Amino acid sequence: MKDDTTISAGQVGRSVKRHESHEKVTGTAEYVHNLSVPGMLHIKVFRSTLAHGRILSIDTSAAQAFPGVHAVLTGADIKALVPNPYFGPAFHDQPVLAIDKVRYVGEPVAVVLASDPYVAAEAVEMIFAEYEELPAVYDEIEAMDSEVIVHDELKPAGTFPDLKHLVGLRDTNVALDYQLRRGNVEAAFAEAAHVFEDEFRTQAVMHTPLEPMVSLAVPQGRDRLTLHTASQSPSFVRSEIARLLGWPENRVQVKVPFLGGGFGAKLYIKLEALVACVALIVRRPVKLSLTMEEQFYTITKHASTFRIKSAVDAGGRITARRCEVFWNGGAYADIGPRVTQKSGFTAPGPYNIENVEIDSYALYTNRPPAGAFRGFGIPQLVWAYESQMDVIADRLGMDPVEIRRRNLLVDGDLHATGTPMKDAPFLDVLNAVAERMDWDKPFDKGTGPLRRGRGIAIGFKASIAPTTSVATVTIAADGSCSLLMSTVDMGQGSDTAMSQIVAEVLGIAAESIRVVHPDTDATPYDMATLGSRSTFHMGHAVRLAAEDARRKLDEMTDNLALPEGSTPTWAEVFRKTFGMQAGTIVGTGTYIPSYISPDPVSGQSANVTPYWMVGATGVEIEVDTETGAVKVLRLVSAGDLGEPLNPRIVETQLSGAALMQIGGAMLERMDFDAGQVTNASFADYKIPGIRDIPARIENIIVPASQTDGPFGAKGVGETSTFGVAPAIARAVHDAVGVRVDHLPITAEQVFTKLREMESSHAK
Amino acid sequence: MQNDAMIAGQKTISFTLNGRSVSADVPSYWNVVDLLRAEGLFGARESCGQGMCGCCSVLVDGQAVTGCLMFAQMLDGKEVSTVESFADDDGGLSVVQTAFVEEFAFQCGFCTPGFIVMTEDLLRRNANPSDEDILHHLSGNLCRCATYPEIIKAVRRAAADLQATATQAT
Repeated sequence: MKDDTTISAGQVGRSVKRHESHEKVTGTAEYVHNLSVPGMLHIKVFRSTLAHGRILSIDTSAAQAFPGVHAVLTGADIKALVPNPYFGPAFHDQPVLAIDKVRYVGEPVAVVLASDPYVAAEAVEMIFAEYEELPAVYDEIEAMDSEVIVHDELKPAGTFPDLKHLVGLRDTNVALDYQLRRGNVEAAFAEAAHVFEDEFRTQAVMHTPLEPMVSLAVPQGRDRLTLHTASQSPSFVRSEIARLLGWPENRVQVKVPFLGGGFGAKLYIKLEALVACVALIVRRPVKLSLTMEEQFYTITKHASTFRIKSAVDAGGRITARRCEVFWNGGAYADIGPRVTQKSGFTAPGPYNIENVEIDSYALYTNRPPAGAFRGFGIPQLVWAYESQMDVIADRLGMDPVEIRRRNLLVDGDLHATGTPMKDAPFLDVLNAVAERMDWDKPFDKGTGPLRRGRGIAIGFKASIAPTTSVATVTIAADGSCSLLMSTVDMGQGSDTAMSQIVAEVLGIAAESIRVVHPDTDATPYDMATLGSRSTFHMGHAVRLAAEDARRKLDEMTDNLALPEGSTPTWAEVFRKTFGMQAGTIVGTGTYIPSYISPDPVSGQSANVTPYWMVGATGVEIEVDTETGAVKVLRLVSAGDLGEPLNPRIVETQLSGAALMQIGGAMLERMDFDAGQVTNASFADYKIPGIRDIPARIENIIVPASQTDGPFGAKGVGETSTFGVAPAIARAVHDAVGVRVDHLPITAEQVFTKLREMESSHAK
Repeated sequence: MQNDAMIAGQKTISFTLNGRSVSADVPSYWNVVDLLRAEGLFGARESCGQGMCGCCSVLVDGQAVTGCLMFAQMLDGKEVSTVESFADDDGGLSVVQTAFVEEFAFQCGFCTPGFIVMTEDLLRRNANPSDEDILHHLSGNLCRCATYPEIIKAVRRAAADLQATATQAT
């Protein structure tokens, strides 16, 4: 059977141009940002100015009276519609609008609606709220035993079995305490040749997608609702909105076009609950478009403190490691408890360590909520364990690459969770970077005020498990093919890559396949576009759906009982079967990998993740000893992503993720004053620009295969984020002998440490 | 739709938008992006709202401006070119746009129109830009996906392609 478009295999592994190329370079790609519907009102948000307070009164009268204002709503109005208006993926702790209390500066307290967004913004300034100020807690360590309690009672969502023990707990800021125990850490510390104890911290940063978060809700008749939302998780939005409203899911439609960046900021549920409730109250379409500033009040990357203690033998082998990780989750849990656990279990690093203890704590504080940020907690962990690795190497006089080689896990070894390692080529990835950088050759560090140094770091990540993806592949009666899936293309190129999988199975050109964007009325369930899970999970679902379609097409052809050797086109098969150009073939595929939930006390599981992602970074840097300024001259990112579906897109993922991480490692820090973010704008918060990138940027796709991945592939969206910060820190130490222990690695921090070092030498 | 008190400063302006004459009633407080959206053009986008990211870059009388910082009424009598002006009427891409596609020089695409406007602007002024020229001209545009290496390659490629075309023509 042949079609005009039928071609030989080779669709996978080819650098197919992005499907949406034409729209994106002509400025016509669809974003919710562009969307308006007739009769639509704009929402502007009145936000808390206090980090912690009891709401005494909210005076909305002046705003109500302002010409052009349609309505002003507060938490009381939301409660009249939804009696228990608290949402969230892990905990049902976040009110749609503040009720009784505010818990961080920037928390939504009231909204103004108007046809003209400038009118709504003006009227927001006329709202007055009175609060009884309460003491606040900002620091994750202080939150552990603070008298200040952010939430009186923990309210975990019922969906996660491992959160059940937290139901109803009172007077604690610990939203989740995850632990792992393996071997006997104390005994190993007692007999160790060397013991190292260090603390490393990371700061809060913001994703700043250039399309700020935006959602539009349209009531449909009396009992249905359509949400157009810039979301990475349309299926979750549908189920969470349905839960809040007490509706069946099929009355909530969630549509997602392209996203102008996501990076984790647009995950789970953000503005959707608010626009849904407001639309149903005023019975009009409503749109909420955040400003760049407001994004800083909506979600951040976790600030963290990692206390790491390691026992090392005389040969440089790590024999025991205790990890205490404290995650600053802000005022609402969002997905923080998942970060705490799902990333927490990799805290000892990619090393074969016999005795391990991990305690990882998700903490409530009076800061903006923290959630998923490209890497899902892994960059914070790698920052600490790789920094300590360099401390150890330095103290023992060992080469930093060699000490890693001696400790790395190899396939077949047991990870700290007890899961046997598989398809995790740590040594290959580390060696790829070392070879590219001529690590074994002498390196010119300079002698003048400019000193050079180099560093290497390696990290890894497990895939979130267990999660489900479903896909539909249709073949129309003319033989043209569509892919319906709820994976969101936010720039990572999933439309193109998934088309390549369909094309490979069906033997047609990837360019000919139409991808239908997420629309929960039509596209089936997907857990979410996050954690580099789509290539593997949705990739399998798409492959299965295409195989199902293929099988049905073959059956249809067989049923025609055509003469031996005839090769009808697909269109002819339809025509002969239905007597005209009619009918549709619908192929479906569902994928969920196997998984064993870890034991709640020991953290042990024989199968904790469907696959591992391995990434290493090498840098060469220059430090200006007079100013402390650090310049990255060369950035090498190596990743194991299995077999690349689309090599060029994979390369943009590798270099893009690494360059974004340079922002968090060197430039970006949310500053706070009494809980107030004081630099919530691009004038004050610097993200990497074209002049901040290294002159030499190299990507290495390490030859590997994910043996059970779709066509040998696995995800790559985060892989090159892991090692950036510790590699730079090691290079700074190599260049000028000072070690930084918190991010970002600014000129100020390096300058201060240089002067401290000088004055201690002078003494 | 608008509120009467605020709309008092409304003014009717005439300008040229991508080669066609336009007359529009513009409230005093609209910026250029607001007006372009009202005209059905979404390529210029407000992102940071402070002129720091370049997503709203457009050409006004041949000068690149950040549309989020310019009041729309100031366009009266001016000539405006947006990203939508570069492809031909049949959707055929310009040399610059083609270079961006060939080099995979975008990911989410939200900042892309700004980069394309600035690249078209650069190559009109400087047919043979050095890497320093490229970095300088694009330093007002941000890409959070950090597609910078590919963007630099695309600009180099577009410059080379334009020069090849010019050489052929002579």
